[in-house]
Amino acid sequence: MLSIKNLSVHYGGIHALRGISLDVPAGKIVTLIGANGAGKSTTLNAIIGLVKADSGSVSWNGQDIYGGQTKAIVESGIVLVPEGRRVFPNLSVDENLTLGAYARNDRAEIEADRERVFGLFPRLKERHKQKAGTFSGGEQQMLAVGRALMSKPKVLMMDEPSLGLAPIFVGMIFDIIRQINSIGVTVLLVEQNAKVALSVADTGYVMETGTISFSGSGQELLADDRVRRAYLGES
Amino acid sequence: MDFQTFLQQFVNALSLGSLYALIAIGYTMVYGILRLINFAHGDIFMVGGYLAFYGVSTFLMPWWMAVIVAIALTTVFGVGLERVAYRPLRDSPRISIMISAIGASFLLENLAIVLFNARPKAFPVPEFFARNFILGGVHIASVSLIIPLVTAVILAALLWIVHRTRVGMAMRAVSTDIEAARLMAIDVNRIVSITFAIGSALAAIGGILWALKYPRLEPLMGIMPGLKCFIAAVIGGIGSIGGAVLGGLLLGVIELMTVAFMPELTGYKDAFAFVLLIVVLLVKPTGLLGKNLGEKV
Repeated sequence: MLSIKNLSVHYGGIHALRGISLDVPAGKIVTLIGANGAGKSTTLNAIIGLVKADSGSVSWNGQDIYGGQTKAIVESGIVLVPEGRRVFPNLSVDENLTLGAYARNDRAEIEADRERVFGLFPRLKERHKQKAGTFSGGEQQMLAVGRALMSKPKVLMMDEPSLGLAPIFVGMIFDIIRQINSIGVTVLLVEQNAKVALSVADTGYVMETGTISFSGSGQELLADDRVRRAYLGES
Repeated sequence: MDFQTFLQQFVNALSLGSLYALIAIGYTMVYGILRLINFAHGDIFMVGGYLAFYGVSTFLMPWWMAVIVAIALTTVFGVGLERVAYRPLRDSPRISIMISAIGASFLLENLAIVLFNARPKAFPVPEFFARNFILGGVHIASVSLIIPLVTAVILAALLWIVHRTRVGMAMRAVSTDIEAARLMAIDVNRIVSITFAIGSALAAIGGILWALKYPRLEPLMGIMPGLKCFIAAVIGGIGSIGGAVLGGLLLGVIELMTVAFMPELTGYKDAFAFVLLIVVLLVKPTGLLGKNLGEKV
């Protein structure tokens, strides 16, 4: 279980996280929804160590990882697919995937995982020698997910995977998220597209201006009036 | 001008251009990774030359051993410089790290005046490098042939490292997106150190070859070549290794050929690099082989 307690982050004068707490139980899909600037991405960046927190703790299976180096956190199995995908545009698909497995040494298994990723995204296999920069947004998202899978994640954190994607790719990415979860990978998902996110999530947390205002199961939140009004665009 | 003179000048230009290329690679690699212009690079080049000199003349090493020791020590020195002067400022505004680089450069130059003495020293050139060939009526010092050869071998090795090895892949990743590279569990500090190690080793090799060609060492000898090689890197397209080599060769050829064709301009020799820089920046601001790398945020 990934457990976040009282996490607080200041970002250049802005109090981006005001002591949030949330639990991501092993094997589940948890989603953080909320408006732009609510602190969802900051939460993920603080967990992975890209942003330093002022206080609070992050623990993974009972072990404190707060304040650790990103490298060590990724090696422990917590992996982030960042917002905007951030694939390496000047590197080929193959190289991007190899970099995903940078921390690993088990060559044979890396190759097996590469084949698994290609099984999941046949499109990547067709174009494995091509530079990632020539890909469409949806294809880059596939590559970003594939690259993350190459690091053998135990917890896969995804920041706005549907952002800027054509609807067909949105459905596809969420199918993949379910599949990844079904093989035992815990998922922490940050999304503005609350409807899709809540429909796949076991638990959802609603964030507002650096705090968690309420939480519940995905289905509960989908039915919740506050959520419907604020995030699903219903009246 | 006859063909012989042309050939003579061309051989000289090729070896000078290769030297420029070697040093320019260091600028371009560090810039590619950190978006930092390492103003102290020319002084690292000077340190390389002096270390080889002291190895031979004070510690009486055979020249090949002095060369190896000098390259190794210069490499350590360059990596250390990054640790002390640049790493602590990595997250500060870009201007701070640039000022630190300028400061490091001044410090090294003046430290060299204190430690090595401002009086120029004669670099002991082994017989092997000083030998002269006459080829089709052209006088060629063997060092003029060795320099392009060494450069070609180093360039091939470097391209292999950058494009075929794990470390090279990590270097390319860090140079495009440091944060995304961190997310791949890449140890960014280690990659930066490796980059400085390679750049400094090349500067040392450049400094030693320079001293073999122009056997006169002085503490400020790194300033002009450093500036010119920075220009070479910009002309070729900063961040691109191929560009640095192209820029270096181009600069060497233009510099020597202009002097050969128009001897009356000899006094302006050092100005050519800057004229070329202005022209290239006006016509193609990203340099000949450069891509727009964008600002790092």
